[in-house]
Amino acid sequence: MYATTYHRPGSVAEAATLIGANPEAKVLAGGQTLLPTMKQHLAAPSDLVDIRRIPGMAGVSAAGGVLTIGAATAHADVARNADVLRHAPALACLAAGIGDPAVRHMGTIGGSVANNDPAADYPSAVLALNATVVTNRREIAADAYFKGMFTTALEEGEIITAIRVTPPKRAGYAKFANPASRYALVGVFVAETASGVRVAVTGAGANGVFRHKGLEAALAASFTPEAVDGVKISAEGLLSDIHAAADYRAHLIGVMARRAVAAA
Amino acid sequence: MSEGIGARVKRKEDKRFITGKGRYTDDIRMENQAYAAFVRSPHAHARVTGIDRAAAEAMEGVIAVLTGPELVADKIGNLICGWAITSKDGSGMKMGPWSALATDKVRYAGDAVAVVIAETPAAARLAAEAVAVDYAELPAVVFADRALDPGAPQVHDVAPGNLIYDWEIGDAGATDAAIAGAHHVTRMEITNNRLSPNPMEPRSAVATFDEAEDHYTLYTTSQNPHVARLVLSAFYNVAPEHKLRVIAPDVGGGFGSKIYIYPEEIVCLWASMKTKRSVKWTADRSEAFLTDAHGRDHVSTATMGFDKSGRITGFKVETIANLGAYMSLFSSCVPTYLYATLLSGQYDIANIHANVKAVYTNTVPVDAYRGAGRPEACYLIERMMETAAREMGMNPADLRRKNFITSFPHQTPVIMAYDAGDFDGNLDKALKAADVAGFPARKAEAARRGKLRGIGYSCYIEACGIAPSAAVGSLGAGVGLWESAEVRVNPVGTIEVLTGSHSHGQGHETTFAQVVADRFGLPIGNVQIVHGDTDKVQFGMGTYGSRSGAVGISAIVKALDKVEAKVRKIAAHVLEAAEADLVIEGGAVKVAGTDRQMAWHEVGLAAYTAHNLPAGMEPGLKEGAFYDPVNFTFPAGAYIAEVEVDPATGVTEVVRFTAADDFGTIINPMIVEGQVHGGVAQGIGQALLEEVVYADDGQLLTGSYMDYAMPRADDVPFYTIEHNTTVCPNNPLGLKGCGEAGAIGAPPAVINAITDAIGTNDLAMPATPQRVWRAIQAARPAIAAE
Repeated sequence: MYATTYHRPGSVAEAATLIGANPEAKVLAGGQTLLPTMKQHLAAPSDLVDIRRIPGMAGVSAAGGVLTIGAATAHADVARNADVLRHAPALACLAAGIGDPAVRHMGTIGGSVANNDPAADYPSAVLALNATVVTNRREIAADAYFKGMFTTALEEGEIITAIRVTPPKRAGYAKFANPASRYALVGVFVAETASGVRVAVTGAGANGVFRHKGLEAALAASFTPEAVDGVKISAEGLLSDIHAAADYRAHLIGVMARRAVAAA
Repeated sequence: MSEGIGARVKRKEDKRFITGKGRYTDDIRMENQAYAAFVRSPHAHARVTGIDRAAAEAMEGVIAVLTGPELVADKIGNLICGWAITSKDGSGMKMGPWSALATDKVRYAGDAVAVVIAETPAAARLAAEAVAVDYAELPAVVFADRALDPGAPQVHDVAPGNLIYDWEIGDAGATDAAIAGAHHVTRMEITNNRLSPNPMEPRSAVATFDEAEDHYTLYTTSQNPHVARLVLSAFYNVAPEHKLRVIAPDVGGGFGSKIYIYPEEIVCLWASMKTKRSVKWTADRSEAFLTDAHGRDHVSTATMGFDKSGRITGFKVETIANLGAYMSLFSSCVPTYLYATLLSGQYDIANIHANVKAVYTNTVPVDAYRGAGRPEACYLIERMMETAAREMGMNPADLRRKNFITSFPHQTPVIMAYDAGDFDGNLDKALKAADVAGFPARKAEAARRGKLRGIGYSCYIEACGIAPSAAVGSLGAGVGLWESAEVRVNPVGTIEVLTGSHSHGQGHETTFAQVVADRFGLPIGNVQIVHGDTDKVQFGMGTYGSRSGAVGISAIVKALDKVEAKVRKIAAHVLEAAEADLVIEGGAVKVAGTDRQMAWHEVGLAAYTAHNLPAGMEPGLKEGAFYDPVNFTFPAGAYIAEVEVDPATGVTEVVRFTAADDFGTIINPMIVEGQVHGGVAQGIGQALLEEVVYADDGQLLTGSYMDYAMPRADDVPFYTIEHNTTVCPNNPLGLKGCGEAGAIGAPPAVINAITDAIGTNDLAMPATPQRVWRAIQAARPAIAAE
């Protein structure tokens, strides 16, 4: 790893100042992607601004029946949080299946959502649950947040502080894990929300996480696993790599959608 | 005797390993230590047209930047392959030059071009990135079956058409005739997937040149430090043997990949001389993927003929073996004498012919990896047997039984003379332990859950205890494959055993001590096993090919025989008894039928005080021995895998795995079971998960664990393990070897089970979910038509 300067700010404002002062600085929010990338010399931030220890950045509140999950909340903590388990068990289930125990105790929801890895689990939940991405500057609706592979609506120096989720009526997540990395080769999150049925697919899209309108329409008509059978899932725009060609991923979207609905 | 042969003793070495107190090469800290970082080719095939090191040399902490031409100027020799294979036309194998640092050309992505020596690892790595190498890219060839195509890119000038050798074994005419006259012929195209060895500890070296003594010391991750010294001295010209000490301290796994001498160790030694500094290099995992010798990578066509009753009439095999960009140390013998000589499997086959073409490609060198040739042979035979049984409508277990060799010794038509075995007994035990009778009910139950359940067999045999020196010498080996040992009884009676075998996970410190303890009735705590240092151990050929028991322990037994002979003489003299009346048991030498005895430590003391020894006897109690085996050993077994396939996704779960092995005498059942567990896990890894993938242009696509799938704990089932022992008649304890069996026997059992489940024989390893799903899609019309 190239030399870098590590900072542990005490507040979001201090973090933002540090980020603003150093154009090559990066937010460190668990580092489960960033640190391996740095070790491989594929990233060389001048400064690392670690937001995990900022007071108030980690933890879950359910005030007013709305889940607010601090950006620095580790996956393991989301997975076992009583409020998440009560109001959005599918989200807890998703968090419990990310990576391995070491990853789940270091990686954070904010880090994952900010990175927007096309094979990460969380983006599918945020998108399907119609969650709100809360930053130090504004609130961003999920539909406006994900802009393609590793690309988001975040501006320079903008830091995610929380993810806000209105509990769905029901929701489910099913992941087909890459046999090597155990990232999602295909992950499907289905949710019946106040704004209708939403289905988000991660791992499969050449452009990152996306909503599947065909599945949404079918499940809006009948929220049952069988409803998925009639939906044609196109391989167009899906990833092909050494692990799975686009047509196989398309097939898996259907299988995982059925399983997600069954789990909901 | 609770700690002797057959006792389930906990491993002595584990205390230091599980408490983090192991001492690995990277833990070695020398005075004045500097660090090496290698500049590696990003291209699979290119001419090196220029190297500009000025920027790197100017960087902070940089001691030296060294390149291939300087290495050649210092007369450091090319890396060599130590086993000469002769083609069927009588010509020798075509060994292309391999310089430890490339001189004119790079031949695989990762090939070393230059080295930076610096004060810190970070400084070395930064400077390595600053070395500017100009490359003129050349087209690359990657795949075994394309290397021989007309017009394929040429890897080495000395090997036209990329052909290293075109070798054969067996009688082609008789085999063709036997197949032509067969009642049924089974034919398959079979690929054995390329694997990365992935020992937990990456390779590492620390080299120190002592200018005053003109002497070198190398700490390195080696399975065979004496062989390393021999080759470094005799061929790479680093230093004469008496001026080079090689130490392989704790080594965290090898699986074959640490048998070989790699460019990095040579360069560290040479760079230490050039810079007058100790030079350390430790691979990171990316470098391990890029540069550790890979395993397998065969493409074969197999044809087997059967008579009306199901007896095999002939077996014909044509194989192309990918040896990568250079011939690694033992690469040539793997797809020939370690592979084709096992093509008879457990079966009485009168006619066998194999033709093997070894080829160069622009990929990392390929050499022995756990099993080495024998997994490739076993996979071919056992997939053929299962497929043939299905084609002929026979029970696959019955077809095997019909063809089993039942009397020993048995001479196969492909060199090997099997000395002992009980193939029916192995299969009986496996069938019973696997509850094959209950399989239909389990299959029906799985079907109710929407799963396709299948069962698959594999009856493997391997040749271990490598190997009789004269025999392998006649087949082209450049070394003898004996082993050496020395037993030192101290004046207080404790014992040090110095062995040429090397332990890098096998548990020698325990099992070897058990053999000694068993012999003299001592606690294993009184026995210390010393290995891995050329200054301590007289000589050794090292650990590979499941040879440490059959060859390494046999050498120890031979030395123990000599020690015992002297002990008897001393005790007879002191106790004034006849040697014939003495028994050694419970840590004492006793005069049978009397209460007269010498405690073991009293014998040691007598030998070293030398106050009262028989006339003419030398003081001391220390004996050495060299043991050269008279034959290979032949571990064999029957494996049964049961899988469930999810037809919706193609995911396979191995739900049951039964192994019934014949390893000969077992010294420590717990360690043997551990070896089977590990071997089967690696075999399941090959069958379901692992595959090195190169792009067409030679870029490694599986360069990390993000893309190279290793088996994890939840990928493998709990194993059922049975033993069916026939002792090996050719070594003193009747040992056969157990280190590789699992990796050899498991892959065909798993694939046969999957193909049974999904109803097609057309499935390649690794049987990834995508492959299995596609196979199900392809087979569906056929299933529907049934």
